[in-house]
Amino acid sequence: MKLYEIFIRAKSGLNHRHVGSLHAADPQMALQNARDVYTRREEGVSIWVVEAAAITASNPEQSEAWFDPAADKIYRHPTFYPLDEEVDNM
Amino acid sequence: MKKAIKHYLLRLADSSLTQSQRLAEWCGHGPFLEEDIALTNVALDLLGHAKLFYEQAAEISEQDVSADDLAFLRDVDQFRNPILTELPRGDFAYTTLKQYFFDQFNVLLYAELMNSQYQPLAEIAEKALKESRYHLTRSRDWCLRLSLSTAEAKQKIQSALDDLYFYTPELFETDDQLKQLLADNVMPDMQALKQQWQQQVDQLLQQCQLQAPTSGWLATGGLRGEHSEYLGYMLADMQFLQRAYPGCEW
Repeated sequence: MKLYEIFIRAKSGLNHRHVGSLHAADPQMALQNARDVYTRREEGVSIWVVEAAAITASNPEQSEAWFDPAADKIYRHPTFYPLDEEVDNM
Repeated sequence: MKKAIKHYLLRLADSSLTQSQRLAEWCGHGPFLEEDIALTNVALDLLGHAKLFYEQAAEISEQDVSADDLAFLRDVDQFRNPILTELPRGDFAYTTLKQYFFDQFNVLLYAELMNSQYQPLAEIAEKALKESRYHLTRSRDWCLRLSLSTAEAKQKIQSALDDLYFYTPELFETDDQLKQLLADNVMPDMQALKQQWQQQVDQLLQQCQLQAPTSGWLATGGLRGEHSEYLGYMLADMQFLQRAYPGCEW
């Protein structure tokens, strides 16, 4: 059986979020298993399944080279603008 | 009329309860973790359906009984389920095919029962139908998957079909009380339902490239309380706690 990564939309309007993985022989089985494993307690309204092998991931060993340089460039963050009070949650 | 309705509610409740109990036996024994969860999930859905039917039966009962009393304190000859649902769980192919026959039956039946003149039954059917539709998708997909995969899987599901096929006509059996309910538009015409069911089943068997057996022993008796020897063992397991510790709760 193949490994599938499971993404669930908690309610309409929200993004699908990665919730875990499971084994299945084909995509339909993965969907059905995801329904039973991850949405039994009303956790979602939509499911995506993706074969884990189809995901191209960044290499954890290179995470310093990839991500650390972002830490000291504060000028890249849009934090220097005053925001109107009506704009919440930025 | 009340007596006939209670008789039919028990038929429906006992069918779901025994089917649920057989599925629940897979708990911890499923072929793999995800399927183990899924099987017991379906078992819980069916237990929920049984509970609704029992509660309604208890409500219209002349004696002061609860849903639990009906499930746990009746004996073999008082159960009204068809023999199909009390058969041992067998291997996974056997469980899968048995589940498909049951799901296909329930989906067609509940869709009809939603139009029942007996309102409580129509309401339960509407609730149960949603879940049964999902069960059907699952069991149908599994039948296809097993039939069209390895030679061993195909052989197992073919042998399940040979064993189970002639237990299915009993699903559509009626008696004088049920005929009265048909006349009163409480339940649908089971012969018409059987035709729809047969059409769906034939179609799936064809897709699965499976051959239905042409002759065999035709199961009958559940509606009259005449059961196979398996039901007694199941009830012994299922009812033990209430029998040994009457009224026990947790």
